[in-house]
Amino acid sequence: MAATNIEVWQQATVIETAAVATNIQRIVLAPASPKRAEPGSHLDLFVTIDGERRKRSYSVVDSTEDGSRVAISVLRAPLSRGGSIFMHGLQPGDTLEVTQPLQNFPLRVGAPSYVLLAGGIGVTAIVNMARVLKNLGANYTFVYAARSRERMAYLPELLALHGDNLQVHIDDEGTALSVADLVGSIDPSAELYMCGPIRLMDAVRRAWTERELNHPNLRFETFGNSGWYDPEEFLVRIPRLGVEARVPAGRSLLEALEDAGVEMMFDCRKGECGLCEVTVLALHGAIDNRDVFYSERQQQAAAKMCCCVSRAVTSRTGLEADAAAGGPAIVTIDVS
Amino acid sequence: MTIIQTKSSTTNKVLNYPLNTWYVAAWDHEVTRTLISRTVADKPLAIYRTEDGRPVALADACWHRLAPLSQGKLLAKDEIQCPYHGIVYNSAGRCVSMPAQETINPSATVPSYPVVERHRFLWVWLGDATLANPDTIPDMHQMDHPDWAGDGLTIPVTCNYQLVLDNLMDLTHEEFVHGSSIGQAELSESDFEVTHDDTTVTVSRWMHNIDAPPFWLKNMRDKFSGYSGKVDRWQIIHFEAPSTINIDVGVAKAGTGAPEGDRSQGVNGYVMNTITPETARSAHYFWAFMRNYRLESQLITSQLRAGVSGVFKEDEDMLMAQQAAIDANPDYEFYNLNIDAGGLWVRRLIERMLEAEGRMATAK
Repeated sequence: MAATNIEVWQQATVIETAAVATNIQRIVLAPASPKRAEPGSHLDLFVTIDGERRKRSYSVVDSTEDGSRVAISVLRAPLSRGGSIFMHGLQPGDTLEVTQPLQNFPLRVGAPSYVLLAGGIGVTAIVNMARVLKNLGANYTFVYAARSRERMAYLPELLALHGDNLQVHIDDEGTALSVADLVGSIDPSAELYMCGPIRLMDAVRRAWTERELNHPNLRFETFGNSGWYDPEEFLVRIPRLGVEARVPAGRSLLEALEDAGVEMMFDCRKGECGLCEVTVLALHGAIDNRDVFYSERQQQAAAKMCCCVSRAVTSRTGLEADAAAGGPAIVTIDVS
Repeated sequence: MTIIQTKSSTTNKVLNYPLNTWYVAAWDHEVTRTLISRTVADKPLAIYRTEDGRPVALADACWHRLAPLSQGKLLAKDEIQCPYHGIVYNSAGRCVSMPAQETINPSATVPSYPVVERHRFLWVWLGDATLANPDTIPDMHQMDHPDWAGDGLTIPVTCNYQLVLDNLMDLTHEEFVHGSSIGQAELSESDFEVTHDDTTVTVSRWMHNIDAPPFWLKNMRDKFSGYSGKVDRWQIIHFEAPSTINIDVGVAKAGTGAPEGDRSQGVNGYVMNTITPETARSAHYFWAFMRNYRLESQLITSQLRAGVSGVFKEDEDMLMAQQAAIDANPDYEFYNLNIDAGGLWVRRLIERMLEAEGRMATAK
């Protein structure tokens, strides 16, 4: 919905902060130019990391009707690139530059039934949708999965509001989500909206395809920050330009190339549009494909990659012990 | 110097339009397997029917480069293809095919607006879809009720939709604009009564023991062959927010009890009007004339449609001239008369709707 994605930047004041789960901070903002936040919308904002401004996206968890108060929730990731640490340091009275709500994940009103699937911190994109569907009296199931109960933001409130419509799956309580069961039992006319780690979303996509369900009914949002492996430092080389650069664990390949002075083409910076595509000439290690632009066939061919989100890794398991001998992964590429 | 304010309110000359409401986008028969483009409330729409007969209204701009989808192609089932790069969407506005790549960008959607087919019209909701309740579609049941027969047309008018509402809420203009058909001096001379609630305004006027103007004399003779006596005439204007006006009109043989409720010695029609803002200065004026006598006669249906069409052409000319004069005289205000009571209640109800949406009362 292009029209709602015009970035209108404004100042916002932090009104309130609170821990809502282990390592998850709720932050309520009062924007200077409020605009109503539709379900599925997010804010872009600038964080400061080592004195540099960096853009991040956070889903709107809830907001007042007129948008004068907007809540987001931020997970302090163990391998954060620095943004979530900055966000966790915010105190009431601090100000931020934020956009008015942006929309890439619109909820369609009028589907026969809905399944909302939240994995971990992905719940932030789903909470508002669930509330709207409840108010509409829609036929919906809210599936909320996580590794442990103390990592689940908003769980008591969601249980109180959604009652039997909420299904909770917790790995360390022995109630882990079975994607096969979930997708296997879905009504073919239902729409599924999901946000969560890439492994979960990929499993749902595969099951969806296997059951030959209607693809446009599978809706998802990814901010491109979830991978198959933990990020690690790797090297990038562009022989044609004589460039060699380190890509630290906390920097994307695109950012590292920009830092090295390579003029790059890009748009979405979250692995959707394919504009930042680079050609892979040689590879020492493997590619952690974090985009949704390439098909599985294309990803396996490893001839190209979306440098905004995808990375090189040394090992197929992501474990240090399995790292390839001979140091960091090296990807040799050419750019447009 | 003391400045005394001489005017207690300013009547809006170019009224904005609410968005959290249903507007007619098309007649039901216009919605087919051939795409049409129509702008409603400044939003261009691509309108069509799916293979299984469901109406669809999508934003008329492809997600990719905003090429008008209405110039594209309808494919199988509910799908529509952009004419430029072949991107295909379904009726929910979701991209189902992106020809130049193996996957589909998850953001690729165009807005699909809630639509309802009712009263022979296609109604569309452009505001907050979570509020779109079909029960709030205005009552125009005469359009397809077995007790009523008739037909109508659409007039494209180049004026703010509110000027059409003003026109229909005060019918004293008939004497001057429609002198050869329905106008007569008694319209201005008779009293009228105005009532309102949160969403409706009613203006009632009765004219007793008068000569029937040409249009009504013809209608009386369609039912009562050769009738030539005096009549009691009524006009009961029912407004339902934001822009539907159904006017209960008719005449009956004078003194036969029509004002008390016995209309058996008369002829009754309903002028059904629903005005859809297109832009701040243009509107789609959908109307029909429905009658509850001689239901079998297609001749009368055709004659009435042609007759009312001629009457409304006179309104259209006046409204266009009025809008041009409004725009040519930006420093002049509207003044109000006693006869504007109905129209001013209409404006107040619409301004309340706009206020509830947090939108300006004046359009650009």
